[in-house]
Amino acid sequence: MNALVRLFSRPWIWSWGAAFVIWFATIMVTGGASTLGLTQAALTFAAFSIIVGLGQMFVITLGPGNIDLSVPATMTLAGTVALKFMNVENGMILPGLAVAVLIGVAVGIGNYALIKALRIPPIIATLSMSFIVQSAAIWTNRGLRIKPPSFLADFTTSATLGVPNLALVALALSLLSWLVLEKTVYGRWISAIGQSMPAARMAGIPVDGVRFITYVFCAVLAALAGYLLACFSGGAALNMGSEYLLMSIAVVVIGGTAVAGGDSNVPGIWGASLFMFLVVSMLNTYGLGAGIRLIMTGLIIISVILLAGGRKPGAR
Amino acid sequence: MIRRSPADFIRLLIPALSLAVLLAAVFWLQPRAMSYVGINLLFNLAVPIALATVAQMFIMAVNDLDLSMGTFVSFVACVTATFLRDAPLVGVVILAGSVLVYAALGVVIHLRNLPSIVVTLGMSFVWAGLAVLLLPAPGGQAPDWVRALMTMKPPLVPIAIVAAVVIAVVAHVIVMRLSLGVLIRGVGGNERSVERAGWSIVAARAAAYGLAGLFAVLAGIALVGLTTSADANIALRYTLLSIAGVILGGGEFIGGRISPVGAVIGALTLTLAGSFLSFLRISPDWQIGAQGAILILVLALRLVFNRVEKRGHGR
Repeated sequence: MNALVRLFSRPWIWSWGAAFVIWFATIMVTGGASTLGLTQAALTFAAFSIIVGLGQMFVITLGPGNIDLSVPATMTLAGTVALKFMNVENGMILPGLAVAVLIGVAVGIGNYALIKALRIPPIIATLSMSFIVQSAAIWTNRGLRIKPPSFLADFTTSATLGVPNLALVALALSLLSWLVLEKTVYGRWISAIGQSMPAARMAGIPVDGVRFITYVFCAVLAALAGYLLACFSGGAALNMGSEYLLMSIAVVVIGGTAVAGGDSNVPGIWGASLFMFLVVSMLNTYGLGAGIRLIMTGLIIISVILLAGGRKPGAR
Repeated sequence: MIRRSPADFIRLLIPALSLAVLLAAVFWLQPRAMSYVGINLLFNLAVPIALATVAQMFIMAVNDLDLSMGTFVSFVACVTATFLRDAPLVGVVILAGSVLVYAALGVVIHLRNLPSIVVTLGMSFVWAGLAVLLLPAPGGQAPDWVRALMTMKPPLVPIAIVAAVVIAVVAHVIVMRLSLGVLIRGVGGNERSVERAGWSIVAARAAAYGLAGLFAVLAGIALVGLTTSADANIALRYTLLSIAGVILGGGEFIGGRISPVGAVIGALTLTLAGSFLSFLRISPDWQIGAQGAILILVLALRLVFNRVEKRGHGR
């Protein structure tokens, strides 16, 4: 009984519960016929939200006002440039990956430079940065649609032992993030800064360094997601990142990470990402039109956040 | 009579200066813009953006953020181009209802202590869905009176400027002169002390959200008056534009530090930045990027001014 109470006090349990309910509701309609297919599709598509969500979670943990709006533009730029650089050759896969990561690092450095040097609120700094990055993506793309190298295209669309490869990549990144957050000094520092920046500064934490690395880390994860998404969908498109702006924020918050910062939650991101995909596919299965589907998605997001409840003012 | 601290003055000075510099640059590049018609064309689209920016400002005054502004304005535009024209009574009821929904959101967010970002994120899906239901394809038509209002030709000063001034004055009176405005800013500044002073925080938040809804409704109507028809995605960029406008105008994310006049100026600056770039004949590829660069430049300017101001105080 005690264990049960403890389980329900975990912030991530709500997103997992909601994801499971929706999953069950969907396969009930199809009579269980699509169980495996639905699960695999959910894992594959959730993987992208998980990867960008992890980065966004690190940034949001830094405290109020910290948010990275340049995620979609970074994804697009990394995807287009990496595909152009690889030029459909299998031998260029690793250099292409390196290019994507470098773009992430560059955007991250740019973001934090604006935040720090110009003392701009992160929302506006990353927004301005995203305009510039998006322009760069438009300029490099020029209407070209280059295919990914065949090996990468196969890798991103197939599964190992029934589990989609993309989900495995997301799992590895999630484990890494969890280790970094829970077991390293850096992770503790992020939480400390999110709880109180002045206190963290007084405690001798290198606040600027930690924030800098966090913004770079977020941009690198976004670049990585862009690289994988471009390979998965058979080419980069200029609008490929757009839905991940709201998605990356939604999965973090629905997953139980405190919006006020200082408290992050890796498992919750998985639950929330699966949930977000499953909601859409459930409403599709029911054969509802786009309008109704959007309304239902919104109402479900709000009900989850209402059920999970806000934190008590004192508990922040 | 008017007691205003120098800090407030500086807060307004920078946005006003950046607008003036940008306007001068546009006139220098294209002298023909310096006319009644030219100025109206330059600032036409700024009117709905200014209204949306003021709406966002009310939400930011209570330390919240509205991520559904763009989809809500789109939804209002769809209602205006369909119901408000064909069945005005139903249209008015729908729009009044949506303002009430905004006020209710404020209540729910406050009572359950929810993050406003997530609730408005959820609402953005709801508004988008409703807009798609109303107008699955671009269409509809602006009511005649809205069209007439937005294309009015007052003597001497173009309607766009008149509208901007009216919006600024009305917002200024609400936020700075009415006790309601002081209460709303107080909630942003120090919620607990306002509560201890015996005010109802729930009512203040509901009022802030309701006012935001009202101004957003006006933004949607004004937008349709300019475009003559609507589309479910017509105003999606307003979410980010309105946030940027408030910040450009000297507002801040926390602490109830907002400036209604600044917000309107911020919206005008953002609109003008777009025209400035097309006059510069920058390749379309880089237009968005250059807009970002202008945003950064203005904010950098603000930093320099703030430093000068601090030194002036002898700290």
